[in-house]
Amino acid sequence: MDHFPMNWGRPRNDALDAYGTYPIAQRPYNGPTDAFSAGVQHTQQPIVTGTSVLAIKYKDGIMMAADNLASYGSLARFKDIQRLHPVGTNTVIGAGGDMSDFQYIQNFLDQLMIEEFTEQDGHSLGPSEIHEYLSRVMYARRSKMNPLWNSLIVGGFKDGKRFLSYVDLLGTTYSASTLATGYGSYIAQPLLRKAVEGNEDTLTEDEAVKIIEQSMKVLYYRDARSLNKYQIAKITADGVIVSESRSAETQWSFAEGIRGYGAQTQ
Amino acid sequence: MPDMVALSRQQPQERQFNPYSENGGTILAISGADFSVIAGDTRQSEGYSIQTRYAPKVFRLTDKAVLAVNGFAADGNMFVKQVRQRLEWYRHAHAKDMPLRAIARLIQTMLYARRFFPYYVYNILGGIEDDGSGAVYSFDPVGSYERESCRAAGAAQSLVQPFLDNQIYFKNQVPQPGMTHPKHLPLGTVGDGLEMFVVLAKGSPLYGLENFDGVQEMTSTHEGERIFVVRRNLKRD
Amino acid sequence: MFRNTYDSDNTVFSPQGRLHQVEYALEAVKQGSAAVGLRSKTHSILLALKRSTGELASYQQKMFRIDDHVGIAIAGLTSDARVLSNFMRQQAMSSKMAFNRPVPVNRLVSAIADKAQVNTQEYGRRPYGVGFLVIGQDQSGPHLYEFSPSGNSYEYYAMSIGARSQSAKTYLEKHYESFADCSLEDLIKHGLHALRETLQQDKDLNVNNTSVGIVGPPSKHEKTTSVNFRILEGETIQPFLDTMIPKDAPEAAAASEAAPAASTDEDVQMAE
Repeated sequence: MDHFPMNWGRPRNDALDAYGTYPIAQRPYNGPTDAFSAGVQHTQQPIVTGTSVLAIKYKDGIMMAADNLASYGSLARFKDIQRLHPVGTNTVIGAGGDMSDFQYIQNFLDQLMIEEFTEQDGHSLGPSEIHEYLSRVMYARRSKMNPLWNSLIVGGFKDGKRFLSYVDLLGTTYSASTLATGYGSYIAQPLLRKAVEGNEDTLTEDEAVKIIEQSMKVLYYRDARSLNKYQIAKITADGVIVSESRSAETQWSFAEGIRGYGAQTQ
Repeated sequence: MPDMVALSRQQPQERQFNPYSENGGTILAISGADFSVIAGDTRQSEGYSIQTRYAPKVFRLTDKAVLAVNGFAADGNMFVKQVRQRLEWYRHAHAKDMPLRAIARLIQTMLYARRFFPYYVYNILGGIEDDGSGAVYSFDPVGSYERESCRAAGAAQSLVQPFLDNQIYFKNQVPQPGMTHPKHLPLGTVGDGLEMFVVLAKGSPLYGLENFDGVQEMTSTHEGERIFVVRRNLKRD
Repeated sequence: MFRNTYDSDNTVFSPQGRLHQVEYALEAVKQGSAAVGLRSKTHSILLALKRSTGELASYQQKMFRIDDHVGIAIAGLTSDARVLSNFMRQQAMSSKMAFNRPVPVNRLVSAIADKAQVNTQEYGRRPYGVGFLVIGQDQSGPHLYEFSPSGNSYEYYAMSIGARSQSAKTYLEKHYESFADCSLEDLIKHGLHALRETLQQDKDLNVNNTSVGIVGPPSKHEKTTSVNFRILEGETIQPFLDTMIPKDAPEAAAASEAAPAASTDEDVQMAE
């Protein structure tokens, strides 16, 4: 099956395209792409991975955070990777999971936005459209048993409305006022919910930053695949801002006496 | 070298991507003489994590058909989307909504088409038939279906179904001497859900529904079938 | 019937730089009964004159629903219209499936215009013999477009296509400046007056030969609360017909004077 939703719902063969109204050159091709396609292997596990992404709703829009680490197994392999990617002028996607799959997603979303821009008709793809498209692609890939191995959070602000939604390698989607992927869904999500739920319309930007900072710090303490170097994105009526990398103040002296935590020799 | 022996006996391990998940929740539907009630909770979870407290799994298809989907949420949402597109084509072709029994058969064929890579979804379809009677159809993931008076599916099926068997089908109940069990329950005694759709047949009375807590009407005219939604909050544990 | 030397293949230009087959296709649109479209700040509407082959036959279908927010009225070959409207429905659903977004109306019109253009250039094809008026509502408000077999599409305040549509156009040109602020009822009234101009002297609009398509909030004469595209036919349009000013009234008479005399081969009755 063709996993690009733009081709869906259009005739694929003469049985469906009964009138033959499609010029041949425009008909989508759904066959194998090369003679050896049957021998091509599918992703069975992620290789270079990113860890949690956090996101919350607040008074002015959406705030998201992700650290700059891409791990190779337990090795902290790449320490200057950006995992928050702006798409268009009012959307950011944040990704955990396989970083090469994420870069592929960035590429085709950028391509999609260029195509949309080229129409020059005043219509644009907002966060909800981008999320819907992403989830169609993710679900189609899982249905081909060839998933894009990511957990993605889509945050945005358009026409005065906040948008925050999740999609993962299975095509599972949901939205809530706080979201977290990976390890963050166990460690940070309870903290975020406690701070945000019910206060979405009153939380100021400074308060939101504090909640995010606190959660990222806890994650850094607890998640062995995290890095104390992260970025915060905010999406408001003014557009998208992804911050420079920052780090949290941490205190490790407590660890000295704990066997297995610090650098004990004995 | 006992270790080497143990190693060589190990079977080759195959890691395989698992395309399914289970997102919890329960759905339930009950039909009466001229109404149908379809309910579902709105929590979506995976393992011990609650993903969200509001992800509806009960969907209005037409003015007299409501579909509840439970199981793997991604499959469920996709399935509903596809059913809706099929119903739209039917509307284009026939300038009317598809009748309930036809939707039921459509769902069967759509599910069975994926017999060897199933939608991991339990469907319950509720609504009003062309003859004005309330109806519930329940399906298994590969399309077996039947028309029933009530059905529960999902995480709490094993708790809810026996209750329904007792309360709706009067199983293990003995009628008063000289009396018989009623054929259909009146709407008033049919329970209370977390997100509940009530479909009333054309010209049916309201059965006190207008005084219900948190009820909202979804239909635009009062001349045909009427659909109401009731929303309640879960215990926030 | 006239014939040109360079008209047997649509891909061949005449020495005057014309594509005769394309121009014949535009004639096919003029053979169809008229359709009129108008737009205000809040609504887009379509009105169409339905023909019947005779007393025993039903009336033809002049309007098609494409999606909740888009509808079309046609003039020309109904069978070609069905092919194109099928395509438009697929585009609309594709947009819903991929983006959960109602397809922008201008893109829908561009898509069929591009298809029509291919037919004017590719070997072994023929142009579509049908013209559309497309109405719809999207993020940028209500719209009215004309599509023609030449592959052209334009947006309009008001437009008419089909047999004797010039008479309707004359009426619309005279009144279009007032349309923007019109109520739905007044807009339909203007539409009916314009449509009436395309009729023969002894004919009049009635509930059987008129279709009305609306996008926008409902009129007081409608029973729905929907803002989606809907087609009104039969008794439901009687209240709107009742608002018309009779033909012999001074205002209406003035409008019809401006219309050029129609040729005789056009009739509300369809030719055998």
